[in-house]
Amino acid sequence: MPRKLKEAIIKNLFLLFALASLFVLGLIIVFLFLEGIPIFKVVSIKNFLFGHLWYPTYDPPSFGIWSLIVGSLVVTLFSSLIAVPLGILSAVYIAEIAPPIVKEIFKPVIELLAGLPSVVLGFFGMAVLAPWLQETFDLPTGLNIVNASIVLAFMAVPTISSLSEDALYSVPQEFKEASYALGATRFETIFSIIIPAALSGISTAVILGMARAIGETMVVLMVAGGAAAIPESIFDSVRPMPASIAAEMGEAPFRSNHYHALFATGIVLFVLTLGFNLIADYVSHKFKEVGSATL
Amino acid sequence: MNMRYLKQNTFFTIVRLSAFVIAVSIGGFLAYIFINGIGAINWDFLTLPPRDSMTKGGIMPAILGTFYLTAGAIIVALPLGIASAIYLSEYAKQGPIIRMIRVGVNCLAGVPSIVFGLFGLGLFVVFLKFGSCILSGALTLGILILPTIIGAAEEALKAVPQTFREASLGLGVSKWQTVMKIVLPNALPGILTGTILGIGRAAGETAPIMFTAAAFFTAKLPASIFDEVMALPYHVYVLATAGTRIEETRHIQYGTVVVLVALVLGIDLIAIIIRSYIRKKKRW
Repeated sequence: MPRKLKEAIIKNLFLLFALASLFVLGLIIVFLFLEGIPIFKVVSIKNFLFGHLWYPTYDPPSFGIWSLIVGSLVVTLFSSLIAVPLGILSAVYIAEIAPPIVKEIFKPVIELLAGLPSVVLGFFGMAVLAPWLQETFDLPTGLNIVNASIVLAFMAVPTISSLSEDALYSVPQEFKEASYALGATRFETIFSIIIPAALSGISTAVILGMARAIGETMVVLMVAGGAAAIPESIFDSVRPMPASIAAEMGEAPFRSNHYHALFATGIVLFVLTLGFNLIADYVSHKFKEVGSATL
Repeated sequence: MNMRYLKQNTFFTIVRLSAFVIAVSIGGFLAYIFINGIGAINWDFLTLPPRDSMTKGGIMPAILGTFYLTAGAIIVALPLGIASAIYLSEYAKQGPIIRMIRVGVNCLAGVPSIVFGLFGLGLFVVFLKFGSCILSGALTLGILILPTIIGAAEEALKAVPQTFREASLGLGVSKWQTVMKIVLPNALPGILTGTILGIGRAAGETAPIMFTAAAFFTAKLPASIFDEVMALPYHVYVLATAGTRIEETRHIQYGTVVVLVALVLGIDLIAIIIRSYIRKKKRW
């Protein structure tokens, strides 16, 4: 076989493998919709998304996932309130302040936190945090928004921290030197030069961290309490979308309305996280700092 | 003191405090888990199946199940991941196709684990009629860790200096042979790191195997890839949430958590050590 032909075949073979990810993503969409769409014969899209009552096993059943969506958004928001400052500040610490030895240790520790199985964090929230919250604040249950937000924050911190650190690290050295040469302190340099220059990377980190929190299943399944109602206080239980899917799929009869409704909830979750990821991708490409030459 | 330096000190204190909070939380968390769980662990716990409706005995079937699922996931993801990375790093030219593939990989990495579970249920369990079994679970987990492997492999391939390729091509070696004989061997340690991280991820995931592979309890060990299995993360979940004997089995829960955490963190630690070793040993 002529060498050029052989090379061309090999190249296209690799292209085929590389397209596998796109193909799988397509398959995920196809199967979510295949199993999810039938629910919209029973309930309209509007009533499914904004209906307040999630009673999938009642007679007649009610398939409104608004309280599940609110549950997801609430725990994501509150966990971000904890994870975003902690994540960004710890990134600043690693990138700019920590002595080299501390940095050598602290960075892998954050990576290890990223590797902790979510079920283990969920277990900790359930077995340790919940009884403590219940006693301290004299609550009917320790499985609530506060608990889920704290645990979720610790799942999001590693994502936000390591991606922000990458962004801070890639700010050109010349920026810093120029700032010092003008007489700025280290704080002024970090605050007015380095962080603004790394802002697109940091924003990407925050968005991806939030995406991780909104899609996380085991923590909210075990710790959020599971009440499918709009919460009125931060000590109320909620039932975020992933928790609802994970808890109910085992009992939903095969291809029943309930089964299809859970797949449709999966579509909503998928679209939401896909949106987060596409925004992150857009931000990181659009506002990329292309180095000192752009000045 | 100068106001500007007061500001700086305040800021630095806050930054150090945040790092401290994270370090203490992780340390405290690990210490608490290990102190409570280490007592449950002995040889019998690791080598015997559960008995008396899960309130006594060991977790051997769950350890074995997690091993099967993880090994299967790697068999699925490794060839596909390396081949994708070779295309992205060695063959692709900047353009819409590569941009689309990259966005696809990023989006796949961001898909929630429960959605992978739904997908595995829809495709492998129902459509392909594999049922809930090792094969379905391993395929689902394999797809889940694919982006991790692609990312690590691509980074490792990119780190091989361009001069290596030029030297090889300059000797008249074909592109394909250059990739196989020069680029890939030099990238292998980096790819290994990524693979190990993928193993750690696959071993710890619960949501994707809930509907595709995991069983609450199996009387027998799996005989083929079409059998259901117990798995460590799922074992923790069911013992902690299902049934009326949650308090009674607390020590087994802690013990299983310690085994799972030690397994996953051990795996990740190996990856981190290999990586820092590569960085120090780098000859170019």
